[in-house]
Amino acid sequence: MSTLEIKGLQVSVATESGFTEILRGVDLTIKSGETHAIMGPNGSGKSTLAYSIAGHPKYTITGGSVTLDGADVLAMSVDERAKAGLFLAMQYPVEVPGVSVTNFLRTAATAIRGEAPKVRTWVGEVKEAMKALNMDTNFAERNVNEGFSGGEKKRHEILQLELLKPKFAILDETDSGLDVDALRIVSEGVNRVKANSDLGIMLITHYTRILRYIKPDFVHVFAAGKIVEEGGPELADKLEEKGYAEYTTA
Amino acid sequence: MSTLTTNYLAPTGREEAWRFTPLARVGGLLDSSIALESVNSVRITNAQPGVTLNVVRAADLAALSISDDLATIRAREFIEEVTHIQVAANSQISEPLILERIGLTGKPQASRTLISCGVNSHATIILHNSGEAILADEFEFDLASGSTLTFVSLQEWSGKAVHLGRQHAIIARDATFNSIVVTVGGSLVRLLPTVEFSGPGSSADLQGLYFATDGQHLEHRLHVDHNFPNAKSRVNYKGALAGDKAHTVWIGDVYIRSNAEGTDTYELNRNLLLSDGARADSVPNLEIETGEIVGAGHASTTGRFDDEQLFYLSSRGIPAEIARRLVIRGFFAEIVGKIKNEEIENRLMDRIDSELAKVGA
Repeated sequence: MSTLEIKGLQVSVATESGFTEILRGVDLTIKSGETHAIMGPNGSGKSTLAYSIAGHPKYTITGGSVTLDGADVLAMSVDERAKAGLFLAMQYPVEVPGVSVTNFLRTAATAIRGEAPKVRTWVGEVKEAMKALNMDTNFAERNVNEGFSGGEKKRHEILQLELLKPKFAILDETDSGLDVDALRIVSEGVNRVKANSDLGIMLITHYTRILRYIKPDFVHVFAAGKIVEEGGPELADKLEEKGYAEYTTA
Repeated sequence: MSTLTTNYLAPTGREEAWRFTPLARVGGLLDSSIALESVNSVRITNAQPGVTLNVVRAADLAALSISDDLATIRAREFIEEVTHIQVAANSQISEPLILERIGLTGKPQASRTLISCGVNSHATIILHNSGEAILADEFEFDLASGSTLTFVSLQEWSGKAVHLGRQHAIIARDATFNSIVVTVGGSLVRLLPTVEFSGPGSSADLQGLYFATDGQHLEHRLHVDHNFPNAKSRVNYKGALAGDKAHTVWIGDVYIRSNAEGTDTYELNRNLLLSDGARADSVPNLEIETGEIVGAGHASTTGRFDDEQLFYLSSRGIPAEIARRLVIRGFFAEIVGKIKNEEIENRLMDRIDSELAKVGA
């Protein structure tokens, strides 16, 4: 049982006119096996929360803490955070020209596991994970995210989730840009990982659509850089009906 | 000495063609008071049926092309013998022919080689430049109709080497010239991959990569002369620079003459600056005398390391150092992969890795 604990997190970004505060004191605790949906309007700071936890250099932490089983995540380098068990499925996965998916996955798995995976079992493992996500085998020979469709990029993120087996996954708008079929395949991938492990999930989304496939235990409404309301799955139904208006005008 | 060039004026550095080159470092190759020693510097390491090498008196084998390059003009003055490599007509040379250098002394020398490709022949020739040299060097490629030549020129020189080179192809009807230039070694390399056409339907694909570290000057000046209708050319050069006073120059001149209707050309140069103190000059030039063409374009970019790529890889647990190496390898992979030779690919990538480690980039 692991715990990801975010306390009073304050984050700013540098802009031309100085620092702009985006996160204004975020408190959130996620335990293994739990799925927390973070829902909120565009520009509320949801993605900033995701990237700050993963350690993107663009964001400056001005206050608060993030700990994983008591260890100070904010003091870790980006790769150390991944090794500690955090995984960020990005909304816009980055193209890395000239680096094949095969090479990338193997290098990442080697880093996370602390030793190179055995060739024979590894190849099978990758093939099986790709098949489960309905991915063509020639996909592995392509360059990371280069020329991928929106759906392929998201499937590739979930493929990594399956292979890297983190303790906590932050899914940043994984549903954006997916058609119904792709959304189902990706969601099933997430559910499969969860069923086979003790994965804790922070599911960031604007829409309730993905919650039909990935059932949250808790729903948090995010507005103006912090969590403004919390509840169970029923809160998502309310949002579906009434939108975010009451949180943004308040 | 009686063999010294007459009417020769050494460049001052103010000339357009020499304004980027550190002339103090060319090791006497352009000095009118110094004679160049003629050397037959090329040998074939793996003889192949269909390919012959003959050493011919320079007087019996005049250069096929005109050059206004001073280093080439100087070299031609001093050349006594020319190395002539011939690929027989209709022959398919299945294994790449490897050329090594011999007889290089590290004193000012001049070398000239002609490679003739017979009608409908197919060959890949790899020139491996290594060791120390101060060399004014010319290669001409004479591609007969329907022939295909892939010429790989690897500049893996040792640290002090000076290489002023011209590699000029004359491409006949329906012939294809593929050039892959890789420059990683040497103190000063100034190479002129140039192309002209002698028939329609011909094409040239000029690919290159260069990687300069501390104090290296690596200069590539391309010239594609579209002097025939319906010819196609592609230029794609990629460079990376790391360390203090690393300097690269890329000039891409494409000239579409008024008779060159149906020309299709595109040139591209990308530079990746890996540290402060390095400088990349990139100058594409496109001169068009006819509007009746298929396409003509160019692009040039010089940028720093992409932090988003680094973040993406690091967020998957890959340490920053390995992530940087992956990205740089990836940057070059497009060109290196075209050599289609795993041994050379690994050797080049290992060299790039070790030089990166040396400059701490």
